[in-house]
Amino acid sequence: MKSSVIIFPGSNCDRDMDVALKKFGFKNKMIWHNDNNIPKSDLVVLPGGFSYGDYLRCGSIAAKSNIINSVIEFANKGGMVIGICNGFQILIETGLVTGALLRNKYLKFICKNIFVKVNKTQNKYFNKIKKDILELHIAHNDGNYFCSKDDLKSMQDNDQIAVRYCDSNGEISENSNPNGSIQNIAGVFNEKKNILGMMPHPERVIDNCLSSNDGSYFFENLLSNMK
Amino acid sequence: MKIKVIVTPKNGVLDPQGKAIQQTLNSMNFIDVSDVRQGKYFEIETDLKDENDAKKNVEDMCKKLLANLVIEDYKIL
Repeated sequence: MKSSVIIFPGSNCDRDMDVALKKFGFKNKMIWHNDNNIPKSDLVVLPGGFSYGDYLRCGSIAAKSNIINSVIEFANKGGMVIGICNGFQILIETGLVTGALLRNKYLKFICKNIFVKVNKTQNKYFNKIKKDILELHIAHNDGNYFCSKDDLKSMQDNDQIAVRYCDSNGEISENSNPNGSIQNIAGVFNEKKNILGMMPHPERVIDNCLSSNDGSYFFENLLSNMK
Repeated sequence: MKIKVIVTPKNGVLDPQGKAIQQTLNSMNFIDVSDVRQGKYFEIETDLKDENDAKKNVEDMCKKLLANLVIEDYKIL
């Protein structure tokens, strides 16, 4: 499987993602934001970081970059696209996924491990994953997911809520919501579920020597679902 | 010509920064302050000569970049 990670000025999780994708068997290429085309890929990843210094709104400038048109075209043809953290913010700003990411409710930059409950219904990202609850890492200032009531309902009806913050037992409550996101939403799919945007970083937790190894389940499962 | 734009969070959208400012003002004894909404202000210098054309153009900019219409409203002054 071939993957492409897009690098924007200010991306800082691009190389972590490269390491993770290669570790689990993807043939990955790094693509500069100013290029016009993405090479032939099965998966495109918009990595975390602080593209363009979070100017205007997080992800808004990157969402107008040269490479984005070919990412949108790839996604609209059904290509698989993942946006992690700032990548999720960029996806939101392109309109490929629904909603908005506001400043964290308590105005703090949050950098810690959290637990998320994954949505295993028909989607290539989490279907058949060996664990329902993953311990992943978050590091963001603007991850407070928001959308209109109508959008929320249609996403719920269509199983588009991809991951929700929970505690280690899978309990989803206000106490396990780090940033004020509605319905504890940590990540969403587009309507066809070929696009995943989420705040937590699976690429940061892919080895037992790190604070968690649960990102490995994500990448292993993703690769096996894509084959 | 200079066109001025104000972008504010939509009513009903949580504005944690505005809330923090309000609480700080209250703690500074501005006890009359019941709400603060924080927005952004833009001054856009354009080469267009006709004000209507310029404002129409800026409206397009607001929709495409300056505001996120999911969470923000814009006002061209």
